Order: sequence, then structure tokens, then C-alpha cells
Amino acid sequence: MKHEKPLPATGALAAATAMKQAKPDVVAAYPITPQTPIIEAFSKFVANGDVNTELILVESEHSAMSACVGASATGARVMTATAANGLALMSEIVFIAASLRLPIVMNIASRALSGPINIHCDHSDVMLVRDSGWIQVFVENPQEVYDYNLIALKIAENMKIPAMVIQDGFITSHCLEPVRFLPQQVVDNFLGVYNPGNHSLLNPITFGPLDLYDYYFEHKRQQLQALEDSKQVIKQVLKEYNNLAGTNYNIFETYKLEDAELGVVVAGSTAGTLKHVVNVLRDKGVKAGLLKLGFFRPFFQEELKQALKHLKAIAILDRSASFGAFGSAFYNEIKSALYDLPGEKPKVLGYIYGLGGRDFLIQHGFEIFNELQKIATGAEPVFRVRCIGVREG
Amino acid sequence: MQIKPGLPWKELPLGGVIDVPGSSVEFHTGDWRSSRPVIDLNKCTGCMLCWLNCPDNAIKIKNGKVEIDYDHCKGCGLCASVCPVKAISMRREALEEEERHGSKHKP
Repeated sequence: MKHEKPLPATGALAAATAMKQAKPDVVAAYPITPQTPIIEAFSKFVANGDVNTELILVESEHSAMSACVGASATGARVMTATAANGLALMSEIVFIAASLRLPIVMNIASRALSGPINIHCDHSDVMLVRDSGWIQVFVENPQEVYDYNLIALKIAENMKIPAMVIQDGFITSHCLEPVRFLPQQVVDNFLGVYNPGNHSLLNPITFGPLDLYDYYFEHKRQQLQALEDSKQVIKQVLKEYNNLAGTNYNIFETYKLEDAELGVVVAGSTAGTLKHVVNVLRDKGVKAGLLKLGFFRPFFQEELKQALKHLKAIAILDRSASFGAFGSAFYNEIKSALYDLPGEKPKVLGYIYGLGGRDFLIQHGFEIFNELQKIATGAEPVFRVRCIGVREG
Repeated sequence: MQIKPGLPWKELPLGGVIDVPGSSVEFHTGDWRSSRPVIDLNKCTGCMLCWLNCPDNAIKIKNGKVEIDYDHCKGCGLCASVCPVKAISMRREALEEEERHGSKHKP
């Protein structure tokens, strides 16, 4: 299926357009920077009659997710959006949405969690809820925001697992780029009509009853299995979407990685900067490559291990800090996936970058590959995890 | 789906949803009790104050006599404290257990 011609869109408009085309029955949201333009654009679609959605403008994010949970439990298709402190405020209900197996799709324009107060991009907000039982997929640009909203909704409704599509606050959400949207008919055919199973107002059932030591563990076991099983569904849905949209998406993106010796792992918009760095280094004969994380939940440990095992040295970049931990989330989990490799394993360095919207510069990319080169040729690393782009003095 | 105790996770409804109503009676909250009310029917006048005050609907009438539903009585003691003729006494479950089994320890 051919795309329509590209139109200029920010990540926020791309998200709102995907939401409009998905025709959710209910959207409940509360504004927070940098997510605000998503719901602003979507409410315009509702006001203009472009989409027949019950838009509930609530008094807080806690209420937003609560309204989404209630609506989804009736069998409605439900979407929303938030960021940062809003996500933190709703986090209690974020866990409950996943526990009750309600396939809500939420756009996140990721932003630092204060304090002191900061409204710019980092991934600390989504890391707060990484263990909540939601699917989490990081996207690089407005085009991916659009595509992954549709992909995530299909996966979510298929698996009865909620999903968050994570774009970088401001960098992606407010950045205008050409985006190819699909014709409405194609979106309709792809998503189909949501079948909520036995959720129906005509057949009342109880959600969220008391669930103590005699059953709770079994329900968590179901969730563990659901996220594991979602891996196959994710692969199927990506394949289906690629066929109809002409895209080439995978569970993660590899860029010049197959014959690389040095690799970086990164999520979100920074992948664009680092692809440029890889190109420049390749011209100089350095075997550099990149792996851009897409899905972080579920975590594709086996596939990641296979994609990275041939490298001599790997840098894993986190746009979040886990205070008091040995490196941040990506570093921890990817490095521990590599532990199972037989024989000599790739050497791994961890970098924390971009907190509170600090720019990740091209020179930082060269600095990282320079350090990888050193440890790849036998030098002992002088650090395991460090911050990059901060004033060390 | 009828939920039976001991079902493995694959056989339970997703997310703990209850799709057959009225299942709360199957939850024996009486298990939590540390003291149980015991009625002396010789003193009981059948005034029903205990029935009126029981927060767990655990006082029943059977064949014209007051009876306690020990599956759902949590042992709060409200019935004993409102009984105007002191027909209800609270007894430690551990003592009941000891009398029944002749030991301080549960089997």
C-alpha cells in the first residue's frame, strides 16, 4: 500500500493524527509540557468533528488514567498522553491498568522528573514505570511516532496489555519533519474493530476485586507470561505493518552493525546524531555501528544478545540516572543479557547523557567511539559507567 | 468462569476479573478470627440486637434460633458487647482449638 504524500508534522501532531485515525472511543487527558500539543491537536480534531471520541478533560493525571481504566473496562478503545510529573502522578493507576489487562495506548513526550524544575527531555519518567507491566517502545522521529501508535494499539488490543509510545519531549514532540500518513481506509483495515471479549455493559463483571496471597501471585504470573508471549505478536504485527506501509521496522534497528567492531546502543532521537557519527567514522575506516532500541518492554534479550555478540566493544547510552545503582536501566539489562554469551564477551561501557534536555553533541559520539577503540585494542577501561556532556570541572 | 481454590494461573480469568457474581460468600473471612462469639441459647431472648449490629451479616436465624455463620464472622465482638442479657461470650480461638485437639498447637 502506498503512502500518501508527506506532510509537515511535529511528533505531537503525528501522535494526535494517529489517534484520530485509530478512532478511540474515549480519550481522557490532562495537559503537561511537552505532551500538551498532542492533546491540543487531538481536541481540535474532536471539536471539528473529524473524530467521534468522548474526550474527557479531567483535573489531574491520576484522574486521567483512572478515567481511561474505567472506560477501557467497559470495552472501549482508549488512548491518552502524558509526560514526566504527570506520568509520576498517574503511576499508581498505570500499574492497575496493566494488572487489569486493559489495552490502553499512551503517548509519552518524555521529560525529566524534577527537581529542581526542568521541563526538557530525558527518560527518567518512563523508567519510573518500566516495571508496571506496560509495553514500552521508544521512537526516534515524528514518522515513527505515527507508525508506532498504530502498531502499539494493534499489539495492545491483541495481547490485552497497555502500551506506551515514547517520543523525546521537545526534540521529537515539537520538531517539524515530513511525515507520511496512511489513508484512513488502510488504517481501518489494519486495526480492525476492537473486540474486548467479555467486557460489556450488558454483562456486568467485577474488575479489581480483593486479590490476596491465595490468587495475586497467579495473576502476576499471567502478566509475566503475557509480556513474554507479546514478543511473537510484536514481530507479527511489525511484519504486517511493514507489508502495508512499506516501512522496515523491527524490534530494534541495527545500523551498519553486522560487520562492526565497535557499537553503540541508544534509544530515541539521539540515534539520529549517532548515525551521523557512525557514517563519518565509517568513511575513516573505523568499523562503527549502532543499535537503536525500539521495544524495551518486553525486553528482547535473546535477539539483543545475537545482534551484539560479535562486537569487540559496546557503549550503552542511558538518558536516565538510577541513583546509587551500577549504571542505568539499558546498561544494566543489556549487559546482563550478554553475560550468557559463551567465550570472550564484548567489552561494555555505560554512559549517562542528556539529563534535563542537555544536548548530545556529535563530538560526544566521537568521544565515545574513541574510548571504545581503546578498550577494544586491549586497554583496561578506566571507568565502567560515566556521565557524558556534563561539566566535570 | 467458576473459580475454585487451588487453580493454576493458566486456568484463572485474566487480571482477576470476576465474571460470575456473588462469589464473595466463597471467601471465608472467618479465617482471620482470633476470638469467636459463643451464644448461650438458654439466656438468649431473640431480641436480634446482635443481628442488627453485626457488620458482616454473620448472624443468622435458623429454626427460630440465633446462629453464627463462623465462615464469615471476623470475631469483632460487637454482638457480645450489645447483647442486653450477656448471652454472647467471646472465646479465644486458640483455647477452642486446644479443647478440641487437646494440644496448644494446631495440627
